[in-house]
Amino acid sequence: MFKYMALCVALLAPLSVHAATDQELDEIRAQIKQLQRADATEQQNDRPTTTGGAAFNPAIALILSGTYGQLRQDPAIPATGFAMSAHPEHSQGFNLGESELVMTANIDTQFRGEITLALEPDDSLGVENAFVQTTALGNGLNFKMGRYFSGLGYLNEKHAHAWDFVDQPLVYRTLWDNQLGEDGVQLKWLAETDTFIEIGAELGRGRGFPGSDRQRKNGVGSGVAFAHVGDDVGVSNSWRAGFSWHQTRRENALSTVKAVDNSFSGDSKTAGLDFVWKYAPNGNATETNFKLLGEYFRRREKGHLTYDVANTNITDSYAVTQSGWHVQSVYQFMSRWRTGLRYDQLDSGTAQIGASNVVNVVSNYGFTPKRTTLMLDYNPSEFSRLRVQVAQDKSRQDLVDHQLFLQYVMSLGAHGGHQF
Amino acid sequence: MKKILYVFLLLLLSSNVRAALNIFACEPEWAALAQELAGDKATIYSATTALQDPHKIQARPSLIAKARRAQLLVCTGAELEIGWLPLILRESANPDIAPGKPGNFEAAQLVTMLEVPTRLDRVDGDVHAAGNPHIQTDARNFLPIAQALSARLSELDPANAAVYRSRLQDFTQKWQAALLRWEKQAAPLKGQAIVVQHAGFPYLINWLGLKQLATLETKPGMEPSVAHLSQVLEQLQQHPARMVIRAAYQSDKPSAWIAERAHIPAVTLPFSVGGTDAAKDLFSLFDDTLLRLLAGVK
Repeated sequence: MFKYMALCVALLAPLSVHAATDQELDEIRAQIKQLQRADATEQQNDRPTTTGGAAFNPAIALILSGTYGQLRQDPAIPATGFAMSAHPEHSQGFNLGESELVMTANIDTQFRGEITLALEPDDSLGVENAFVQTTALGNGLNFKMGRYFSGLGYLNEKHAHAWDFVDQPLVYRTLWDNQLGEDGVQLKWLAETDTFIEIGAELGRGRGFPGSDRQRKNGVGSGVAFAHVGDDVGVSNSWRAGFSWHQTRRENALSTVKAVDNSFSGDSKTAGLDFVWKYAPNGNATETNFKLLGEYFRRREKGHLTYDVANTNITDSYAVTQSGWHVQSVYQFMSRWRTGLRYDQLDSGTAQIGASNVVNVVSNYGFTPKRTTLMLDYNPSEFSRLRVQVAQDKSRQDLVDHQLFLQYVMSLGAHGGHQF
Repeated sequence: MKKILYVFLLLLLSSNVRAALNIFACEPEWAALAQELAGDKATIYSATTALQDPHKIQARPSLIAKARRAQLLVCTGAELEIGWLPLILRESANPDIAPGKPGNFEAAQLVTMLEVPTRLDRVDGDVHAAGNPHIQTDARNFLPIAQALSARLSELDPANAAVYRSRLQDFTQKWQAALLRWEKQAAPLKGQAIVVQHAGFPYLINWLGLKQLATLETKPGMEPSVAHLSQVLEQLQQHPARMVIRAAYQSDKPSAWIAERAHIPAVTLPFSVGGTDAAKDLFSLFDDTLLRLLAGVK
């Protein structure tokens, strides 16, 4: 329709401006013929090409990823002073790291849905994410329900294929079991301001560590609140800062120290700060760009510890504050090539232990776990990445580990979003 | 506590008390077109500059915040913004600008698309199912887009419909005059052989009757490799080209490499408003583009 109007306009145009020469008129006639031809082909192209049931299929993206790991120390040994924490292990040798299948689609005018199935190391299929999200609430409100990665911190929501290193920072490994995934509901609200201001809250079942999965129980097992602020500085710089709060109750959380099983029950409260700053000359990240990320988490746990559940079984009060931080930078020094440096550190804190357990449980290890990691990756296209990473891991007392990882991360199918 | 609640409610309601139409343009050419058509009746924000690759933008917090306030989104469409716009639309939680709503305007739907692929396979590089999305390099395309955009402005802001109508009339007249001028000016370019760095110019080539001999990128969106550049150079020794052109946002290295060895000028085109100092608005965008192309064939 518009095309025909344009044609009419084009026809009238030369007349209204000045007397057109014959040559000009000929040219315009030729142009019109060309447009008409193009229009006819376009009408053919406009016919839907997908038929029947396939037309409404969700967008499918497949992430294929694999890692080779070479370690000097047994990956089953946790960071010193963090026996009560989660300890996702590194895989050694060749392994299918984080291969994922993602499907998304609008459900109707109100909702969209997304599912991420992840291939686990033991060949089972895990449901990493499966949520529905409102699309029409408006007023800056976003409501999510189902299984999702919590919005706390900066890295927590990022899927493994979007990580800048092969593994998560130590603080994420110990305090969040790599990533906090939750079954629950999330509400986010974006302020109507020029500066990005977002607040969010989550109520969940406490499925992910440090929660102790409330099976066969009513009510809420965990709560999360977060706030994000972000903006650009000039055309080349942009940043986002965040604050997070997480709270859960742990029930009979087991940990093993020197072959003795202990059990902890109590409250776990974690506060976090995150800051990311990105630079690209003129805001054009294609050639070179730089990214700096820092995060800090501090967890207070307070309750009762039962020492040696299987034998002596002594219960008394227990409280400890543990924290950790990481700073990492990634620099794309030429198109397709990036290098990254990360520094990690943990503080296992000093535990306040009830009198009857003072002799049984170590209150302070006097050791600071730390790690330095260097990464180099090559990205032939937006959809493929090859990476080499080396790390000096001093997170375990007297057990320095020199680690080498080789990794590929490839994405097929639907074009993923470029997250900040 | 009550006070905080009121503030929250006020913030929620403030969306209804805007003065000017809030426009979020994905690319600077659409910001410029909106400026021509809406004048001071709109507040216009351009999400990208002409020095940024519109394929490769990240969903930055600032963009999400701007989209939250927008009443009208003006974008190219045809999957040009597929890497970032869907994310921004989702995060901004602003259903007024969702696809299919009057607040979502896609320019590519109004023009005839070129280079519509017959097969979709990433082995062909970063191809777009709807065709090549760089429609803004053919000045003729702005007429149907302006007409539809003006109608959309009137639909969203009926109080100012008369203003939009008269501004469209004004723009159309000036643009038609400019088209005649540009086409006359560009006569010496007809049939001239050129090399392009990224396949970003089929509309310009089609409009001015240029002849594209080769592309420096191995495949769309894939960085030129030395091996491929050498191949192009060999090709140019048999079939010489008059110049190699690139968009302002792209690296100058590949075209400089070819230009030096094939002894042809490397021409940087603004590609969009703001790509060069001279390309200040839509009219000067094409004035400067032609000036630079004509200098290339001198």
